[in-house]
Amino acid sequence: MAWKTFKWPIYHILVAALALLMLYPVFWMLFSSFKESRTIFVTAGSLFPTEWIWQNYVTGWKGTSGYNFGTYILNSFTIVLIATIGAVLSSSLIAFGFARMKFKGRNFWFALMMMTLMLPGDVVLVPQYIIFTKLGWVNTILPLVVPSFFGMPFFIFLMVQFIRTIPIELDEAATIDGCGKFRLYFRIILPLLKSSLATAAIFSFYWKWEDLLGPVLYLNSPEKYTVSMALKMFLDSESASNWGGMFAMSILSLVPVIAVFFAFQKQIVQGMSSSGLKG
Amino acid sequence: MSLRNHQSLRANMTGYAFISPFIVGFLAFTLIPMFISLYLSFTSYNLFTPPKWIGLGNFEKMFTADPKYWNSIRVTFTYVLVGVPLRLIFALFVAMILNTKSRMVGTYRTMYYLPSIIGGSVAVSIMWRNIFSNEGIVNSLLLALGATPVKWFGDPNASLAMLITLSVWQFGSSMLIFLAGLKNISVEMYEASSVDGASPVRKFFSITLPLLSPIILFNLIMQTISAFMTFVPAYVISKGEGGPMDGTMLHSLYLFRQAFMFSNMGYAAAMAWVMLIMIAILTAILFITSKYWVFYETEKGR
Repeated sequence: MAWKTFKWPIYHILVAALALLMLYPVFWMLFSSFKESRTIFVTAGSLFPTEWIWQNYVTGWKGTSGYNFGTYILNSFTIVLIATIGAVLSSSLIAFGFARMKFKGRNFWFALMMMTLMLPGDVVLVPQYIIFTKLGWVNTILPLVVPSFFGMPFFIFLMVQFIRTIPIELDEAATIDGCGKFRLYFRIILPLLKSSLATAAIFSFYWKWEDLLGPVLYLNSPEKYTVSMALKMFLDSESASNWGGMFAMSILSLVPVIAVFFAFQKQIVQGMSSSGLKG
Repeated sequence: MSLRNHQSLRANMTGYAFISPFIVGFLAFTLIPMFISLYLSFTSYNLFTPPKWIGLGNFEKMFTADPKYWNSIRVTFTYVLVGVPLRLIFALFVAMILNTKSRMVGTYRTMYYLPSIIGGSVAVSIMWRNIFSNEGIVNSLLLALGATPVKWFGDPNASLAMLITLSVWQFGSSMLIFLAGLKNISVEMYEASSVDGASPVRKFFSITLPLLSPIILFNLIMQTISAFMTFVPAYVISKGEGGPMDGTMLHSLYLFRQAFMFSNMGYAAAMAWVMLIMIAILTAILFITSKYWVFYETEKGR
């Protein structure tokens, strides 16, 4: 076994080195956010700034269109919060129906739902835009949050899988005790679903926080812009070449994403391994 | 009506009540839009004047009079056919090296998955743009290695390669699914084949790959569909232009430009339908051929 004890350190060195190589771009962005704008590219090869410029975060925060990042962050959080509540609640209700109710056509609707998972969004992009325009919803957050209230197929699927692992005897006992179906869902299944709800909430957070196409289509006054749009604007107004500020705000926009990732790592990895639809 | 019928009607009603949000949402945000989009694909429509029926006009223009459309198809297929396999090979490779018993594996898994979690964000696309800029780190690295720096934003092929690298870098979710699959392969299989004197390469091809093939199929289909729909990186990296020389004009970006910059709603709808049909054909091919390369354990009567 001498070979094995010899092999392990090599294994760890190689795997860790590859992992660091993967993360290098992220570190580069992080350290660039502390470099002076003029020097970011001159010193692109070296990771660490020679002088730490915290000022980038101040200039970046001011944004490019008269509103600061406080506004954009608040806008993003509002959309994320409403959409997530809607997605989690409606998806769990629908999942309960699919997993626990016997009704004619259940398999048909379930198959249909699984098919929508694979439907490329481009097909409905144009008509949805037209519908939302006709409804007068443009330049409001409605197109970005309302669809979430009708269940997200990916979350429904996750939750159906989970509910199926809950013993059916629980339902039977509750029914004998005179518990109606809705009460059964709300008082018994929903609390047990906690981990699936959290997984769905996390993914909903990611999709909404990182969404660019939706806000680009539906929001057109700067005071309503999201963080993603504000970052995109930085790129457009490159003439100012506030590279430092742009990197600083890019990093800031990733802080919630990375914080959620580390807080819920286990849940995210499990949710991913059992389904695998993101990324 | 007998009591039994009454009861089953009631059960049906309750069932539908629970899934009704899905049905309403499906009709309002998927089915009706699909019909509208199908109708629009035969019209010329700019959002302000009523749609004008032009029959197959959009499709004719697409295939005979719009080289930019063909270019976007070519760019998208290159992106998918090169990017997805690379991404999956890399994902499988990393999953295999992480499929060991070690306390560090959790940490490594996190490190390899992190790029995928932040990958969809504008921040990462902006970063990518800068890493590959003329004076960026990739070029400094090439210079240091004695190679000539590449003008990533001057050459359409180079900028497409840059987009593909970004997609390969986000191999994390496929890696996690592969890892879950690898964990299900029993150690005894490998041990038995070791006794028979099988080499690691042999084990990979006769145990790992066949047993993993259902998961490979799943990853292949999901990743292919999402790759066809890639929008944000192309939009951000090329500042919405799809340049240079349409080198990063992915189909979704071209559709976006046709619909929302040139107000060719009908044309964009037609594009979406052709893409849907192409994806459906490709998925069907994957499913049909999977009979020959996907191995299901139960079929062998284990």
